[in-house]
Amino acid sequence: MTHLPYIVASYGLATVMALVLSIGAALRLRRARARLAALEQTHNRNAGTPFTP
Amino acid sequence: MSASPTLVARTGSFFHRYANPGRFLKLGARLQPWLTWPAIAFTLAGLGWGLFYSPADWQQGDSVRIMYVHVPAAMLASGGYAGLALCGLLSLVWRHPLADLAAVEIGPVGACITALCLATGSIWGKPMWGTWWVWDARLTSVLVLFFLYLGHIALIRAFDDPQRGYRAAAILALAGAVDLPIIKFSVQWWNTLHQPDSITLTGAPTMSASMLWPLALSTIGFSLGFAAIVVARTRAAVMESRIRALLSSPRRGGGAA
Repeated sequence: MTHLPYIVASYGLATVMALVLSIGAALRLRRARARLAALEQTHNRNAGTPFTP
Repeated sequence: MSASPTLVARTGSFFHRYANPGRFLKLGARLQPWLTWPAIAFTLAGLGWGLFYSPADWQQGDSVRIMYVHVPAAMLASGGYAGLALCGLLSLVWRHPLADLAAVEIGPVGACITALCLATGSIWGKPMWGTWWVWDARLTSVLVLFFLYLGHIALIRAFDDPQRGYRAAAILALAGAVDLPIIKFSVQWWNTLHQPDSITLTGAPTMSASMLWPLALSTIGFSLGFAAIVVARTRAAVMESRIRALLSSPRRGGGAA
């Protein structure tokens, strides 16, 4: 295969970028979901009614 | 002329009905796997086909395989910015909170994909043109697009009052949209080193089907992946704004002033 280092660099960059963006988004979503669930539970227990933003 | 305010109101009501944050969370949760898994499948199929099974180009040799990353990234760089401009329009005309949150989340993803487009183009340019960079109209207009994304990211965070940041960034997103036709037609308007488009809406593609198919698959995969990441980030942003609202709720005693 000709130009192998250039091809590897391109595909490598794309893979790294895709992994960073997707793992970052998944972790952020998981954190937010867990925090919101915990807060809503505490809030509902304290107030006795569900929270409506 | 008299129908315009009614049309604006109707369109506004449509967007408010189908894109309020609560409804978006439900819709996004349902949509997420339908975006994520096909994105992975299409991208792997397209890049795998392009890397191992599609033929080398008679002039470019195997470096043509960079195209399967570069072209989808280039399409998404412009497409993502069009999305940003649409969010800007929704934000300025209908003051849509979800459009503001989506714009915040599209910016960094769009900047990354534009950086990937520039980097892979540069990597392809070195063996083909003998240089990493030329101040060619296509390359320069895409670089301007990258700076527009960076400007949008910076501007949205530049104000203490987030609403002012959203408004300013929305204006920049709309004004910057003028760069999109410049990118698209730069290879026709100017004598550029960058080759003309091989795929157009009006004419038959000028590349072989053995290259067109993997390119189509990777473009679909990249587009679905972009959408999946933006939807996931926007869902997280909606949840984070609910968390902030809960923390500052008077019932909790967080920020009752």
